[in-house]
Amino acid sequence: MRPPPAMTAARAAPTLAAAALALLWAGAGAAQELPVREVAPGVFVHEGAHEETAPGNGGDIANIGFVVGEDAVAVIDTGGSPAIGRRLRAAVESRTRKPVRYVVNTHMHPDHVFGNGAFPEAELVGHANLADALARRLETYKARLAEELGPEAAAGIGAPEVDVAVADRLRLDLGGRALEIQAFPTAHTNNDVTVLDPATGTLFTGDLLFVERVPAVDGSALGWLRAMDALAAQPAARVVPGHGPTLEGWPASLAAQRRYLDSLVTEVRQALKAGRGLSETVERAATAEGLGWALFETYHPRNVTAVYAELEWE
Amino acid sequence: MSGDPSSIRYRRGAAPFGALLLLTAAGAAAADPVEDERWELLRATYFADRAIEDAGQLLGLEAPKRAQDAAIVPLKVLLSPELRAKKLTLIVDDNPVPLAAAIDLGEASAPGALETRVRVNEYTNVRAVAETEDGRLLMTSRYIKAAGGCSAPALKDPAQSLARMGKMKMNLPDRIPAGSPVTAQLLISHPNNSGLQFDQVSRFFIPPHYIRSVSVSYNGKPVLEMTTDISISEDPNFQFSFVPEADGMLEVRAVDTKDKVFTESWPVKVAPAS
Ligand SMILES: [Zn+2]
Repeated sequence: MRPPPAMTAARAAPTLAAAALALLWAGAGAAQELPVREVAPGVFVHEGAHEETAPGNGGDIANIGFVVGEDAVAVIDTGGSPAIGRRLRAAVESRTRKPVRYVVNTHMHPDHVFGNGAFPEAELVGHANLADALARRLETYKARLAEELGPEAAAGIGAPEVDVAVADRLRLDLGGRALEIQAFPTAHTNNDVTVLDPATGTLFTGDLLFVERVPAVDGSALGWLRAMDALAAQPAARVVPGHGPTLEGWPASLAAQRRYLDSLVTEVRQALKAGRGLSETVERAATAEGLGWALFETYHPRNVTAVYAELEWE
Repeated sequence: MSGDPSSIRYRRGAAPFGALLLLTAAGAAAADPVEDERWELLRATYFADRAIEDAGQLLGLEAPKRAQDAAIVPLKVLLSPELRAKKLTLIVDDNPVPLAAAIDLGEASAPGALETRVRVNEYTNVRAVAETEDGRLLMTSRYIKAAGGCSAPALKDPAQSLARMGKMKMNLPDRIPAGSPVTAQLLISHPNNSGLQFDQVSRFFIPPHYIRSVSVSYNGKPVLEMTTDISISEDPNFQFSFVPEADGMLEVRAVDTKDKVFTESWPVKVAPAS
Protein backbone atom coordinates (compact mmCIF):
# COMPACT_ATOMS: atom_id res chain seq x y z
CA MET A 1 0.00 0.00 0.00
CA ARG A 2 1.37 3.41 -1.03
CA PRO A 3 1.57 6.09 1.63
CA PRO A 4 -1.04 8.80 1.17
CA PRO A 5 0.34 12.21 0.07
CA ALA A 6 0.11 13.70 3.55
CA MET A 7 2.58 11.12 4.80
CA THR A 8 5.10 11.92 2.07
CA ALA A 9 4.88 15.52 3.18
CA ALA A 10 5.39 14.40 6.74
CA ARG A 11 8.79 13.01 5.80
CA ALA A 12 9.80 16.29 4.16
CA ALA A 13 8.82 18.45 7.11
CA PRO A 14 8.73 16.21 10.13
CA THR A 15 8.11 18.63 12.97
CA LEU A 16 5.24 20.55 11.49
CA ALA A 17 3.56 17.51 9.98
CA ALA A 18 3.89 15.51 13.18
CA ALA A 19 2.18 18.27 15.07
CA ALA A 20 -0.56 18.43 12.44
CA LEU A 21 -0.95 14.66 12.59
CA ALA A 22 -1.21 14.72 16.35
CA LEU A 23 -4.04 17.22 16.01
CA LEU A 24 -5.75 15.08 13.38
CA TRP A 25 -5.58 11.96 15.49
CA ALA A 26 -6.83 13.79 18.54
CA GLY A 27 -9.72 14.94 16.38
CA ALA A 28 -10.41 11.41 15.13
CA GLY A 29 -11.15 10.20 18.66
CA ALA A 30 -9.67 10.44 22.13
CA ALA A 31 -6.19 9.24 21.15
CA GLN A 32 -4.91 9.19 24.67
CA GLU A 33 -1.50 7.53 24.62
CA LEU A 34 -1.54 3.86 25.55
CA PRO A 35 0.97 3.11 28.32
CA VAL A 36 3.89 1.05 27.00
CA ARG A 37 7.00 -0.40 28.62
CA GLU A 38 10.39 -0.66 26.92
CA VAL A 39 11.14 -4.34 27.61
CA ALA A 40 14.42 -4.18 25.62
CA PRO A 41 16.13 -1.32 23.76
CA GLY A 42 13.68 -0.09 21.13
CA VAL A 43 11.09 -2.76 21.95
CA PHE A 44 7.86 -1.45 23.50
CA VAL A 45 5.00 -3.51 24.90
CA HIS A 46 1.54 -2.69 26.15
CA GLU A 47 -0.04 -5.40 28.27
CA GLY A 48 -3.78 -5.97 27.86
CA ALA A 49 -6.20 -6.92 30.63
CA HIS A 50 -7.16 -10.53 31.45
CA GLU A 51 -10.78 -9.78 30.67
CA GLU A 52 -13.33 -10.23 27.94
CA THR A 53 -13.91 -7.13 25.83
CA ALA A 54 -16.15 -4.77 27.82
CA PRO A 55 -16.79 -1.03 28.07
CA GLY A 56 -14.41 -0.83 31.03
CA ASN A 57 -11.43 -1.98 28.93
CA GLY A 58 -12.54 -0.76 25.51
CA GLY A 59 -11.17 -3.92 23.86
CA ASP A 60 -7.74 -3.54 25.46
CA ILE A 61 -7.35 -7.23 26.30
CA ALA A 62 -4.33 -8.40 24.26
CA ASN A 63 -0.66 -7.53 24.29
CA ILE A 64 0.42 -5.20 21.53
CA GLY A 65 3.69 -3.43 20.88
CA PHE A 66 6.21 -1.97 18.48
CA VAL A 67 9.87 -2.16 17.55
CA VAL A 68 11.84 0.92 16.48
CA GLY A 69 14.65 0.55 13.93
CA GLU A 70 17.04 3.19 12.60
CA ASP A 71 14.68 4.10 9.75
CA ALA A 72 11.24 2.80 10.60
CA VAL A 73 8.88 1.22 13.08
CA ALA A 74 7.04 -2.10 13.02
CA VAL A 75 3.84 -2.38 15.04
CA ILE A 76 2.99 -5.87 16.29
CA ASP A 77 -0.78 -6.26 16.71
CA THR A 78 -3.01 -3.26 17.09
CA GLY A 79 -5.56 -4.00 19.81
CA GLY A 80 -9.23 -4.90 20.03
CA SER A 81 -10.86 -1.75 18.67
CA PRO A 82 -10.12 1.18 16.35
CA ALA A 83 -9.84 3.37 19.47
CA ILE A 84 -7.11 1.16 20.98
CA GLY A 85 -5.29 1.31 17.65
CA ARG A 86 -5.36 5.11 17.73
CA ARG A 87 -4.06 5.10 21.30
CA LEU A 88 -1.25 2.76 20.27
CA ARG A 89 -0.39 5.14 17.45
CA ALA A 90 -0.23 7.99 19.95
CA ALA A 91 2.19 5.90 22.04
CA VAL A 92 4.39 5.26 18.98
CA GLU A 93 4.42 8.93 18.06
CA SER A 94 5.41 10.04 21.53
CA ARG A 95 8.45 7.71 21.40
CA THR A 96 9.68 8.26 17.87
CA ARG A 97 9.13 10.32 14.75
CA LYS A 98 10.14 7.46 12.49
CA PRO A 99 7.35 6.21 10.24
CA VAL A 100 5.42 3.02 10.87
CA ARG A 101 6.48 0.93 7.90
CA TYR A 102 4.83 -2.35 8.90
CA VAL A 103 1.94 -3.63 10.94
CA VAL A 104 2.26 -7.34 11.74
CA ASN A 105 -0.91 -9.20 12.74
CA THR A 106 0.08 -12.29 14.71
CA HIS A 107 -3.29 -13.90 13.82
CA MET A 108 -6.93 -13.14 12.98
CA HIS A 109 -8.44 -12.63 16.44
CA PRO A 110 -10.25 -9.33 16.87
CA ASP A 111 -8.42 -8.32 20.05
CA HIS A 112 -5.20 -8.29 17.98
CA VAL A 113 -6.29 -6.74 14.69
CA PHE A 114 -9.18 -4.34 15.17
CA GLY A 115 -6.85 -1.38 15.67
CA ASN A 116 -5.24 -1.84 12.22
CA GLY A 117 -7.10 1.14 10.80
CA ALA A 118 -4.97 3.54 12.87
CA PHE A 119 -1.95 2.78 10.65
CA PRO A 120 -3.15 3.46 7.11
CA GLU A 121 0.34 4.13 5.76
CA ALA A 122 1.86 0.84 6.90
CA GLU A 123 2.14 -2.40 4.96
CA LEU A 124 0.09 -5.12 6.62
CA VAL A 125 2.07 -8.32 7.24
CA GLY A 126 0.39 -11.59 8.21
CA HIS A 127 0.13 -15.32 7.67
CA ALA A 128 -0.78 -16.51 4.19
CA ASN A 129 -4.12 -17.71 5.66
CA LEU A 130 -4.88 -14.47 7.50
CA ALA A 131 -7.02 -12.69 4.92
CA ASP A 132 -9.22 -15.71 4.24
CA ALA A 133 -9.57 -16.62 7.93
CA LEU A 134 -10.56 -13.11 8.92
CA ALA A 135 -12.92 -12.68 5.97
CA ARG A 136 -14.83 -15.76 7.13
CA ARG A 137 -15.27 -14.28 10.61
CA LEU A 138 -15.30 -10.54 10.15
CA GLU A 139 -19.06 -10.01 10.30
CA THR A 140 -19.34 -12.11 13.47
CA TYR A 141 -16.42 -10.29 15.10
CA LYS A 142 -17.83 -6.89 14.22
CA ALA A 143 -21.27 -7.82 15.50
CA ARG A 144 -19.73 -9.02 18.79
CA LEU A 145 -17.71 -5.84 19.18
CA ALA A 146 -20.84 -3.76 18.53
CA GLU A 147 -22.66 -5.76 21.22
CA GLU A 148 -19.79 -5.42 23.65
CA LEU A 149 -18.81 -1.78 23.14
CA GLY A 150 -21.64 -0.25 21.10
CA PRO A 151 -22.08 0.11 17.34
CA GLU A 152 -19.86 3.19 17.04
CA ALA A 153 -16.88 1.22 18.42
CA ALA A 154 -17.02 -1.16 15.45
CA ALA A 155 -17.67 1.49 12.81
CA GLY A 156 -15.25 1.56 9.91
CA ILE A 157 -13.73 -1.86 10.44
CA GLY A 158 -13.43 -3.57 7.07
CA ALA A 159 -11.72 -6.60 5.62
CA PRO A 160 -7.96 -6.17 5.81
CA GLU A 161 -5.80 -6.11 2.74
CA VAL A 162 -2.76 -8.18 3.63
CA ASP A 163 0.13 -6.59 1.72
CA VAL A 164 2.77 -9.13 2.71
CA ALA A 165 1.52 -12.71 3.15
CA VAL A 166 3.94 -15.02 4.94
CA ALA A 167 3.80 -18.74 4.17
CA ASP A 168 7.07 -19.67 5.88
CA ARG A 169 9.64 -17.07 6.93
CA LEU A 170 10.27 -13.43 6.16
CA ARG A 171 12.66 -10.64 7.23
CA LEU A 172 11.34 -7.13 7.77
CA ASP A 173 14.05 -4.48 7.53
CA LEU A 174 13.63 -1.49 9.82
CA GLY A 175 17.12 -0.07 9.15
CA GLY A 176 19.96 -1.50 11.25
CA ARG A 177 17.49 -3.98 12.62
CA ALA A 178 15.52 -6.76 10.91
CA LEU A 179 12.61 -8.65 12.38
CA GLU A 180 12.12 -12.32 11.57
CA ILE A 181 8.56 -13.41 10.92
CA GLN A 182 7.75 -17.11 11.09
CA ALA A 183 4.47 -18.66 9.97
CA PHE A 184 3.16 -21.81 11.67
CA PRO A 185 0.88 -24.65 10.59
CA THR A 186 -2.54 -24.71 12.31
CA ALA A 187 -2.12 -24.29 16.07
CA HIS A 188 -3.89 -21.57 18.11
CA THR A 189 -5.51 -20.66 14.76
CA ASN A 190 -4.67 -21.55 11.16
CA ASN A 191 -2.86 -18.24 10.74
CA ASP A 192 -0.33 -17.79 13.56
CA VAL A 193 2.95 -15.97 13.06
CA THR A 194 5.69 -15.04 15.53
CA VAL A 195 7.98 -12.01 15.40
CA LEU A 196 11.58 -12.28 16.57
CA ASP A 197 13.85 -9.29 17.12
CA PRO A 198 17.30 -10.91 16.97
CA ALA A 199 18.97 -7.65 18.05
CA THR A 200 17.54 -8.01 21.56
CA GLY A 201 16.42 -11.64 21.57
CA THR A 202 12.80 -10.58 22.04
CA LEU A 203 10.16 -12.94 20.67
CA PHE A 204 6.55 -11.82 20.16
CA THR A 205 4.68 -15.12 20.18
CA GLY A 206 1.21 -13.78 19.47
CA ASP A 207 -1.32 -16.20 20.93
CA LEU A 208 0.95 -19.19 20.42
CA LEU A 209 1.72 -18.45 24.05
CA PHE A 210 -0.79 -17.50 26.73
CA VAL A 211 0.53 -16.60 30.17
CA GLU A 212 -1.93 -16.47 33.12
CA ARG A 213 -4.96 -16.26 30.80
CA VAL A 214 -6.29 -19.66 29.76
CA PRO A 215 -5.21 -20.63 26.21
CA ALA A 216 -8.06 -20.65 23.66
CA VAL A 217 -8.05 -23.37 21.00
CA ASP A 218 -9.39 -22.02 17.72
CA GLY A 219 -7.26 -24.19 15.43
CA SER A 220 -5.86 -27.51 16.57
CA ALA A 221 -4.70 -28.61 20.03
CA LEU A 222 -2.40 -31.26 18.58
CA GLY A 223 -1.04 -28.77 16.06
CA TRP A 224 -0.46 -26.29 18.86
CA LEU A 225 1.52 -28.81 20.90
CA ARG A 226 3.68 -29.44 17.83
CA ALA A 227 4.06 -25.72 17.22
CA MET A 228 5.32 -25.30 20.77
CA ASP A 229 8.24 -27.62 20.00
CA ALA A 230 9.17 -25.42 17.05
CA LEU A 231 8.60 -22.31 19.15
CA ALA A 232 10.90 -23.57 21.89
CA ALA A 233 13.71 -23.78 19.34
CA GLN A 234 13.56 -20.02 18.67
CA PRO A 235 16.66 -18.26 20.04
CA ALA A 236 14.92 -15.89 22.45
CA ALA A 237 16.04 -14.27 25.68
CA ARG A 238 12.56 -13.04 26.53
CA VAL A 239 9.07 -13.54 25.18
CA VAL A 240 6.11 -11.23 24.80
CA PRO A 241 3.09 -13.57 24.91
CA GLY A 242 -0.23 -12.72 23.29
CA HIS A 243 -1.69 -12.36 26.76
CA GLY A 244 0.10 -11.98 30.09
CA PRO A 245 3.39 -10.54 31.28
CA THR A 246 6.60 -10.46 29.28
CA LEU A 247 8.82 -13.22 30.59
CA GLU A 248 12.55 -13.79 30.76
CA GLY A 249 13.60 -17.45 30.79
CA TRP A 250 12.86 -19.23 27.57
CA PRO A 251 11.62 -21.81 26.78
CA ALA A 252 10.80 -22.67 30.42
CA SER A 253 7.91 -20.19 30.22
CA LEU A 254 6.12 -22.57 27.84
CA ALA A 255 5.67 -25.21 30.51
CA ALA A 256 2.35 -24.11 32.04
CA GLN A 257 0.63 -23.87 28.67
CA ARG A 258 1.99 -27.26 27.65
CA ARG A 259 0.57 -28.78 30.83
CA TYR A 260 -2.83 -27.25 30.09
CA LEU A 261 -2.97 -28.43 26.47
CA ASP A 262 -1.67 -31.88 27.40
CA SER A 263 -4.34 -32.28 30.08
CA LEU A 264 -7.04 -30.99 27.73
CA VAL A 265 -6.11 -33.57 25.10
CA THR A 266 -5.93 -36.32 27.74
CA GLU A 267 -9.31 -35.36 29.21
CA VAL A 268 -11.04 -35.44 25.82
CA ARG A 269 -9.35 -38.68 24.72
CA GLN A 270 -10.59 -40.34 27.90
CA ALA A 271 -14.12 -39.12 27.25
CA LEU A 272 -14.04 -40.43 23.69
CA LYS A 273 -12.69 -43.76 24.86
CA ALA A 274 -15.45 -44.01 27.45
CA GLY A 275 -18.04 -43.25 24.75
CA ARG A 276 -19.18 -40.01 26.37
CA GLY A 277 -20.95 -37.60 24.03
CA LEU A 278 -19.92 -34.04 23.34
CA SER A 279 -22.53 -32.38 25.59
CA GLU A 280 -21.77 -34.63 28.53
CA THR A 281 -18.04 -34.17 28.12
CA VAL A 282 -18.44 -30.39 28.09
CA GLU A 283 -20.76 -30.42 31.10
CA ARG A 284 -18.26 -32.38 33.13
CA ALA A 285 -15.41 -30.17 31.98
CA ALA A 286 -17.27 -27.02 32.98
CA THR A 287 -17.16 -28.11 36.60
CA ALA A 288 -13.42 -28.69 36.57
CA GLU A 289 -11.48 -26.04 38.42
CA GLY A 290 -8.33 -25.23 40.30
CA LEU A 291 -5.86 -24.87 37.50
CA GLY A 292 -5.40 -21.20 38.31
CA TRP A 293 -5.99 -19.84 34.81
CA ALA A 294 -7.78 -16.53 34.32
CA LEU A 295 -11.10 -16.88 32.41
CA PHE A 296 -10.93 -20.67 32.79
CA GLU A 297 -14.70 -21.05 33.16
CA THR A 298 -15.35 -19.06 30.00
CA TYR A 299 -12.85 -20.73 27.72
CA HIS A 300 -12.32 -24.24 29.02
CA PRO A 301 -15.76 -25.56 27.95
CA ARG A 302 -15.20 -24.05 24.50
CA ASN A 303 -11.77 -25.65 24.30
CA VAL A 304 -13.23 -29.03 25.23
CA THR A 305 -15.85 -28.62 22.49
CA ALA A 306 -13.28 -27.75 19.83
CA VAL A 307 -10.82 -30.44 20.89
CA TYR A 308 -13.58 -33.07 21.07
CA ALA A 309 -14.47 -32.37 17.43
CA GLU A 310 -10.77 -32.50 16.55
CA LEU A 311 -9.93 -35.73 18.34
CA GLU A 312 -12.95 -37.82 17.39
CA TRP A 313 -11.26 -38.33 14.03
CA GLU A 314 -8.21 -39.99 15.62
CA MET B 1 -5.78 13.26 4.93
CA SER B 2 -9.39 13.50 5.91
CA GLY B 3 -12.15 11.44 7.42
CA ASP B 4 -11.96 8.41 9.62
CA PRO B 5 -8.46 6.95 9.23
CA SER B 6 -9.81 3.41 9.35
CA SER B 7 -11.76 4.02 6.16
CA ILE B 8 -8.48 4.68 4.38
CA ARG B 9 -6.81 1.51 5.61
CA TYR B 10 -9.81 -0.70 5.13
CA ARG B 11 -12.28 -1.24 2.45
CA ARG B 12 -15.66 -2.39 3.50
CA GLY B 13 -16.36 -6.01 2.68
CA ALA B 14 -19.74 -6.65 1.14
CA ALA B 15 -22.27 -8.02 3.61
CA PRO B 16 -21.66 -11.75 3.51
CA PHE B 17 -25.03 -12.91 4.74
CA GLY B 18 -28.41 -13.02 3.09
CA ALA B 19 -31.05 -10.38 3.58
CA LEU B 20 -32.85 -12.57 6.11
CA LEU B 21 -30.20 -11.67 8.63
CA LEU B 22 -31.41 -8.10 8.62
CA LEU B 23 -34.50 -9.24 10.44
CA THR B 24 -32.56 -10.30 13.49
CA ALA B 25 -31.78 -8.27 16.56
CA ALA B 26 -28.72 -9.48 18.39
CA GLY B 27 -29.37 -10.22 22.03
CA ALA B 28 -33.13 -10.14 21.66
CA ALA B 29 -35.04 -12.20 24.19
CA ALA B 30 -36.70 -15.47 23.20
CA ALA B 31 -40.24 -14.13 23.26
CA ASP B 32 -39.35 -10.78 21.84
CA PRO B 33 -41.57 -9.42 19.04
CA VAL B 34 -38.71 -9.45 16.53
CA GLU B 35 -38.08 -13.14 17.22
CA ASP B 36 -41.82 -13.85 16.98
CA GLU B 37 -42.09 -12.01 13.72
CA ARG B 38 -39.14 -13.92 12.34
CA TRP B 39 -40.66 -17.24 13.34
CA GLU B 40 -43.93 -16.28 11.67
CA LEU B 41 -41.98 -15.72 8.46
CA LEU B 42 -40.10 -19.01 8.81
CA ARG B 43 -43.22 -20.94 9.72
CA ALA B 44 -45.01 -19.65 6.64
CA THR B 45 -41.96 -20.49 4.49
CA TYR B 46 -41.45 -24.03 5.73
CA PHE B 47 -44.93 -25.14 6.79
CA ALA B 48 -47.30 -22.85 4.85
CA ASP B 49 -50.55 -22.49 6.76
CA ARG B 50 -50.44 -25.82 8.61
CA ALA B 51 -51.18 -25.72 12.32
CA ILE B 52 -48.25 -26.44 14.65
CA GLU B 53 -48.98 -27.70 18.15
CA ASP B 54 -46.82 -27.57 21.24
CA ALA B 55 -45.21 -30.99 21.55
CA GLY B 56 -45.29 -31.13 25.35
CA GLN B 57 -43.59 -34.27 26.65
CA LEU B 58 -43.63 -36.04 23.30
CA LEU B 59 -40.65 -34.21 21.88
CA GLY B 60 -37.59 -33.06 23.80
CA LEU B 61 -34.83 -30.73 22.66
CA GLU B 62 -31.53 -30.46 24.49
CA ALA B 63 -29.20 -27.60 23.64
CA PRO B 64 -26.65 -25.67 25.66
CA LYS B 65 -27.99 -22.38 27.06
CA ARG B 66 -24.87 -20.70 25.76
CA ALA B 67 -23.08 -21.90 22.67
CA GLN B 68 -19.51 -22.70 23.69
CA ASP B 69 -18.00 -22.92 20.25
CA ALA B 70 -20.22 -21.14 17.71
CA ALA B 71 -19.07 -23.55 15.00
CA ILE B 72 -20.06 -26.68 16.95
CA VAL B 73 -23.26 -26.49 18.98
CA PRO B 74 -24.75 -29.88 19.88
CA LEU B 75 -28.52 -30.31 19.45
CA LYS B 76 -30.24 -33.43 20.75
CA VAL B 77 -33.84 -34.28 19.93
CA LEU B 78 -35.69 -36.84 22.05
CA LEU B 79 -38.53 -38.55 20.22
CA SER B 80 -40.98 -40.45 22.37
CA PRO B 81 -42.39 -43.67 20.85
CA GLU B 82 -45.96 -42.38 21.36
CA LEU B 83 -45.19 -39.48 19.05
CA ARG B 84 -45.00 -41.85 16.07
CA ALA B 85 -42.91 -39.33 14.17
CA LYS B 86 -42.23 -39.84 10.48
CA LYS B 87 -40.38 -36.61 9.85
CA LEU B 88 -38.29 -34.17 11.84
CA THR B 89 -37.25 -30.64 10.93
CA LEU B 90 -34.48 -28.73 12.71
CA ILE B 91 -34.47 -24.95 12.47
CA VAL B 92 -31.99 -22.36 13.73
CA ASP B 93 -34.10 -19.19 13.43
CA ASP B 94 -31.43 -16.52 13.16
CA ASN B 95 -28.95 -18.30 10.92
CA PRO B 96 -28.53 -17.16 7.31
CA VAL B 97 -30.14 -20.44 6.21
CA PRO B 98 -32.41 -21.35 9.14
CA LEU B 99 -33.43 -24.84 7.94
CA ALA B 100 -30.59 -27.00 9.27
CA ALA B 101 -32.02 -30.42 8.40
CA ALA B 102 -35.21 -32.13 7.29
CA ILE B 103 -35.12 -35.78 8.30
CA ASP B 104 -37.41 -38.59 7.15
CA LEU B 105 -37.47 -41.37 9.73
CA GLY B 106 -37.55 -44.66 7.85
CA GLU B 107 -38.96 -48.06 8.75
CA ALA B 108 -35.65 -49.29 10.22
CA SER B 109 -35.29 -46.24 12.46
CA ALA B 110 -36.14 -46.30 16.13
CA PRO B 111 -37.57 -43.53 18.27
CA GLY B 112 -35.19 -42.20 20.88
CA ALA B 113 -32.42 -39.67 20.56
CA LEU B 114 -31.30 -37.94 17.40
CA GLU B 115 -28.31 -35.67 17.73
CA THR B 116 -26.36 -33.38 15.45
CA ARG B 117 -24.22 -30.23 15.63
CA VAL B 118 -25.07 -26.85 14.23
CA ARG B 119 -23.46 -23.50 13.69
CA VAL B 120 -25.02 -20.65 15.60
CA ASN B 121 -24.48 -17.12 14.32
CA GLU B 122 -26.47 -15.10 16.80
CA TYR B 123 -28.61 -15.33 19.87
CA THR B 124 -31.33 -17.52 18.46
CA ASN B 125 -34.26 -19.83 18.97
CA VAL B 126 -33.68 -23.38 17.79
CA ARG B 127 -36.64 -25.62 17.01
CA ALA B 128 -37.50 -29.22 16.38
CA VAL B 129 -40.74 -29.80 14.49
CA ALA B 130 -41.98 -33.37 14.22
CA GLU B 131 -44.59 -34.59 11.76
CA THR B 132 -46.55 -37.56 13.00
CA GLU B 133 -47.74 -40.51 10.97
CA ASP B 134 -51.25 -39.03 11.04
CA GLY B 135 -50.01 -35.70 9.69
CA ARG B 136 -49.90 -33.48 12.78
CA LEU B 137 -47.05 -31.03 13.39
CA LEU B 138 -45.62 -30.76 16.89
CA MET B 139 -42.89 -28.38 17.94
CA THR B 140 -40.50 -27.74 20.78
CA SER B 141 -37.93 -24.94 20.99
CA ARG B 142 -34.96 -23.68 22.99
CA TYR B 143 -33.17 -20.37 23.14
CA ILE B 144 -29.40 -20.32 22.69
CA LYS B 145 -27.13 -17.46 23.56
CA ALA B 146 -24.31 -16.93 21.12
CA ALA B 147 -20.75 -17.74 22.13
CA GLY B 148 -18.73 -14.72 23.17
CA GLY B 149 -15.49 -13.11 22.11
CA CYS B 150 -13.54 -14.70 19.31
CA SER B 151 -15.79 -17.72 18.76
CA ALA B 152 -17.21 -17.72 15.25
CA PRO B 153 -19.26 -20.18 13.20
CA ALA B 154 -16.38 -20.69 10.77
CA LEU B 155 -14.12 -23.52 9.70
CA LYS B 156 -11.04 -23.85 11.87
CA ASP B 157 -8.83 -25.41 9.25
CA PRO B 158 -10.29 -25.28 5.71
CA ALA B 159 -7.23 -26.91 4.14
CA GLN B 160 -7.46 -29.94 6.40
CA SER B 161 -11.23 -30.26 5.95
CA LEU B 162 -10.80 -30.32 2.20
CA ALA B 163 -7.95 -32.84 2.37
CA ARG B 164 -10.05 -35.21 4.49
CA MET B 165 -13.28 -34.64 2.58
CA GLY B 166 -15.56 -37.64 2.25
CA LYS B 167 -13.95 -39.73 4.95
CA MET B 168 -16.60 -41.33 7.18
CA LYS B 169 -16.63 -42.93 10.56
CA MET B 170 -19.38 -44.95 12.28
CA ASN B 171 -19.32 -45.57 16.00
CA LEU B 172 -21.39 -48.57 17.07
CA PRO B 173 -21.67 -50.25 20.46
CA ASP B 174 -19.63 -53.40 21.06
CA ARG B 175 -22.68 -55.55 21.63
CA ILE B 176 -25.73 -55.21 19.40
CA PRO B 177 -28.78 -57.22 20.46
CA ALA B 178 -31.05 -58.36 17.63
CA GLY B 179 -34.39 -56.56 17.34
CA SER B 180 -33.54 -53.83 19.87
CA PRO B 181 -32.80 -50.17 19.19
CA VAL B 182 -29.10 -49.43 18.79
CA THR B 183 -27.51 -45.99 18.94
CA ALA B 184 -25.00 -45.21 16.20
CA GLN B 185 -22.90 -42.13 15.52
CA LEU B 186 -22.02 -41.13 11.98
CA LEU B 187 -19.23 -38.67 11.19
CA ILE B 188 -18.70 -37.37 7.67
CA SER B 189 -15.63 -35.25 7.02
CA HIS B 190 -16.61 -32.31 4.88
CA PRO B 191 -15.90 -28.57 5.12
CA ASN B 192 -19.65 -27.94 4.80
CA ASN B 193 -18.60 -24.56 3.58
CA SER B 194 -21.30 -21.96 3.96
CA GLY B 195 -19.95 -20.12 0.94
CA LEU B 196 -21.01 -16.83 2.42
CA GLN B 197 -17.61 -15.33 2.97
CA PHE B 198 -16.01 -12.93 0.60
CA ASP B 199 -12.82 -14.01 -1.13
CA GLN B 200 -10.42 -11.07 -0.89
CA VAL B 201 -8.28 -12.31 -3.73
CA SER B 202 -10.90 -13.13 -6.34
CA ARG B 203 -13.29 -10.40 -5.10
CA PHE B 204 -16.15 -12.89 -5.34
CA PHE B 205 -18.17 -14.75 -2.82
CA ILE B 206 -16.80 -18.24 -2.32
CA PRO B 207 -19.43 -20.64 -3.67
CA PRO B 208 -21.10 -22.79 -1.03
CA HIS B 209 -19.95 -26.38 -0.78
CA TYR B 210 -21.80 -28.51 1.69
CA ILE B 211 -23.42 -31.89 2.21
CA ARG B 212 -26.98 -31.60 0.90
CA SER B 213 -28.30 -35.07 1.59
CA VAL B 214 -27.47 -38.07 3.71
CA SER B 215 -29.21 -41.44 3.48
CA VAL B 216 -28.72 -44.17 6.04
CA SER B 217 -30.15 -47.63 5.47
CA TYR B 218 -29.89 -51.04 7.09
CA ASN B 219 -30.12 -54.10 4.86
CA GLY B 220 -31.77 -51.95 2.24
CA LYS B 221 -34.42 -50.57 4.58
CA PRO B 222 -34.32 -46.80 5.15
CA VAL B 223 -33.23 -45.53 8.56
CA LEU B 224 -32.86 -41.82 7.82
CA GLU B 225 -33.22 -39.68 4.70
CA MET B 226 -31.84 -36.24 5.48
CA THR B 227 -31.77 -33.02 3.55
CA THR B 228 -29.11 -30.85 5.14
CA ASP B 229 -27.81 -27.31 4.77
CA ILE B 230 -25.07 -24.93 5.90
CA SER B 231 -26.34 -24.60 9.46
CA ILE B 232 -24.95 -28.10 10.02
CA SER B 233 -21.40 -27.87 11.39
CA GLU B 234 -18.33 -28.76 9.38
CA ASP B 235 -17.65 -32.50 9.53
CA PRO B 236 -21.39 -33.29 9.81
CA ASN B 237 -22.14 -35.54 12.75
CA PHE B 238 -25.36 -37.48 13.41
CA GLN B 239 -26.33 -39.76 16.23
CA PHE B 240 -29.41 -41.88 15.63
CA SER B 241 -31.12 -45.11 16.59
CA PHE B 242 -32.02 -48.05 14.41
CA VAL B 243 -33.27 -51.57 14.90
CA PRO B 244 -31.20 -54.40 13.37
CA GLU B 245 -33.43 -57.45 13.14
CA ALA B 246 -30.54 -59.60 11.95
CA ASP B 247 -26.91 -59.41 10.81
CA GLY B 248 -26.46 -57.00 7.95
CA MET B 249 -25.00 -53.87 6.45
CA LEU B 250 -25.41 -50.32 7.66
CA GLU B 251 -25.00 -48.17 4.58
CA VAL B 252 -24.52 -44.43 4.16
CA ARG B 253 -24.75 -42.34 1.02
CA ALA B 254 -24.01 -38.62 1.22
CA VAL B 255 -24.15 -36.12 -1.64
CA ASP B 256 -22.66 -32.64 -1.60
CA THR B 257 -23.57 -29.53 -3.57
CA LYS B 258 -20.96 -30.34 -6.21
CA ASP B 259 -22.85 -33.61 -6.72
CA LYS B 260 -19.98 -35.57 -5.31
CA VAL B 261 -21.28 -38.82 -3.84
CA PHE B 262 -19.70 -40.40 -0.78
CA THR B 263 -20.68 -43.94 0.21
CA GLU B 264 -19.56 -46.30 2.88
CA SER B 265 -20.95 -49.35 4.66
CA TRP B 266 -20.34 -51.14 7.93
CA PRO B 267 -21.16 -54.77 8.69
CA VAL B 268 -23.27 -55.27 11.80
CA LYS B 269 -23.22 -58.52 13.69
CA VAL B 270 -26.07 -58.91 16.13
CA ALA B 271 -26.04 -60.89 19.32
CA PRO B 272 -29.02 -63.18 19.92
CA ALA B 273 -31.76 -61.34 21.79
CA SER B 274 -31.56 -62.11 25.48
ZN1 LIG C 1 -5.99 -15.32 19.73
